[in-house]
Amino acid sequence: MIFKHLSKRMLPDEIMTFDEKYYNIGFIDQLSYKDTFVHRLDPRAKLIATLLFLFTVISFSKYELTALLPFFLYPALLMTIGEIPFMFIFKKIVLVSPFAVFIGIFNPFLDSGQVSIFQGLTISAGWLSFFSIMIKFTLTVSTALLLIATTSFPNVCHSLRQWGLPSLFVSQLSFLYRYIFVLMEEAMRIIRARNMRSYGKRGKGIRIFVRIVGILFVRTVERAERIYFAMLSRGFQGDMPSLKRFHIKTGDVIFVVSVAVFLYVFRFYPATQILGRYVQGVFS
Amino acid sequence: MHMADALLSPVVGATMWTGSVAAIGYSSKKLKENIDNKTIPLMGVMGAFVFAAQMINFTIPGTGSSGHIGGGMILAVILGPYAAFLAMASILTVQALFFADGGLLALGCNIWNLGIYPCFLLYPLVYKPIAGEGKDARRIAVAAIISVVIALQLGAFSVVLETLLSGKSELPFGTFVMLMQPIHLAIGLVEGIITAGIINYVRNTRPEILKANSISRPLDTSISIKNVLVAFLILAVITGGALSWFASTHPDGLEWSIEKVTGKGELAEATQGVAPALKELQGKTAFLPDYGFKSSAGVDSQENEVAVWPGIEAGTSVAGIVGGIIVLMFTLFIGLGIRLFKKQ
Repeated sequence: MIFKHLSKRMLPDEIMTFDEKYYNIGFIDQLSYKDTFVHRLDPRAKLIATLLFLFTVISFSKYELTALLPFFLYPALLMTIGEIPFMFIFKKIVLVSPFAVFIGIFNPFLDSGQVSIFQGLTISAGWLSFFSIMIKFTLTVSTALLLIATTSFPNVCHSLRQWGLPSLFVSQLSFLYRYIFVLMEEAMRIIRARNMRSYGKRGKGIRIFVRIVGILFVRTVERAERIYFAMLSRGFQGDMPSLKRFHIKTGDVIFVVSVAVFLYVFRFYPATQILGRYVQGVFS
Repeated sequence: MHMADALLSPVVGATMWTGSVAAIGYSSKKLKENIDNKTIPLMGVMGAFVFAAQMINFTIPGTGSSGHIGGGMILAVILGPYAAFLAMASILTVQALFFADGGLLALGCNIWNLGIYPCFLLYPLVYKPIAGEGKDARRIAVAAIISVVIALQLGAFSVVLETLLSGKSELPFGTFVMLMQPIHLAIGLVEGIITAGIINYVRNTRPEILKANSISRPLDTSISIKNVLVAFLILAVITGGALSWFASTHPDGLEWSIEKVTGKGELAEATQGVAPALKELQGKTAFLPDYGFKSSAGVDSQENEVAVWPGIEAGTSVAGIVGGIIVLMFTLFIGLGIRLFKKQ
């Protein structure tokens, strides 16, 4: 695309940030339609497994470090079997990390208790809890991203509906998703038009921003009206039932059960300790 | 401003989820009672609009940095509280899933912080009374700015409370508040000005949009203050109860966690399931050096048996680190292995 070249020289931040976000959401959408073992699992099974995983990870105490490491196995397996590019997930994690870093970085300075790692090496408990936060952050973010990268969003909505969330909420959630792509393209056209007509800092003040967003808003409302009439003429009566029926297969049950067992074992038994001792023993 | 999973404890996460899901159910029920089918596509498309608008950035005057909008208040003004809340909940869900902004467990907190306050508290209690019928541009502007600022202050304060109650951060309450509130005051002012600008722009160019929406949904104005207050009270009691129970179970975070690190508690309890197998493994490894390099040479196995899980003993952490590294390498190995295997 010609704008990619333009953007690097003339319009560094605008179009780049836009491309990034747009690319991301579109790219995840593409990934979620792959056909691998992970993608074929029932969306409900994946949702349950993910929630169990998240709860287990954040239930660890704030000083826990090594016992969290085995949990990387789950996202790693999902990523490799689901054929999700590592760098893509990694970049996203880095992109959203500032808040957790911002809150966590105070711990080393405020929590001055000392913990001895081994003879002669002690560190402050604050660093332990900081790294614990960062590991938990990486685990939770990567697992949530992998869930959506291996499950198409309409399927997620469908399973939410089957679980009894109000159909009104689910309907408009899937609406929102469908129209993000359309409206983002609309916004991209507007940004492009603004950038073509302005140089440097001009045209980026609040007043112009408000007008641009106002135009986008009016266009959106008009679009919603057209959509509504189009839907009416196709028999819309306030709900969007899906014809798709999911059946829980043996594979799904095995998946959830094995994830649950995995989580249970590594949550309640210090497996890394035992392994560490064993290896130390072998080498001494 | 989005709460993150890693800063949450399960109790706080679950409590906030309960509150938010209840609010979603309640809003859906209320909307269904007098639904205009037109609202469903409008809500969805409006949610998508907030995303699109977030992509357009602007320069914040005086600072040179760029910002983007949050959108809760605009939605409340256009759609009314119930529909706006559902739209906001969907926006946050999509953000949690696709942008990893916040997380799945923190989603309950985020829906609460960014959805409940603007839609159910500030729109009916602050925006409506000040803006009145919406005939005066200046009143709309004042109403929008004040309500957005307060909504963000409440949201930021809730992030502080949720993080501190989760016990993952060491920040003292006062410092944390001083870190969060002023920043969000600035953000709130900018967002308030923008919200006011957009509402007034729409009012000037397409006044029927605002009017049509306020006529088609007479219920919106009838959200009662009493119900709101009762709901908040109930949540406060539940939260307080759950958290005090949790706090009393684990009075001292450090003590509790040290117990966890050494695994004392668990091993004592573990008598069923995988425990025997692991005990056996542990028994086998017990004659091997137990804690650290120091004791690796010729210590009586009997003695080691007794001190299998010592207090905070150096060797425990060494074993943990060694085990952790091995597990990580194993994970990497599996990942690369499958990838190589698939390529062939």
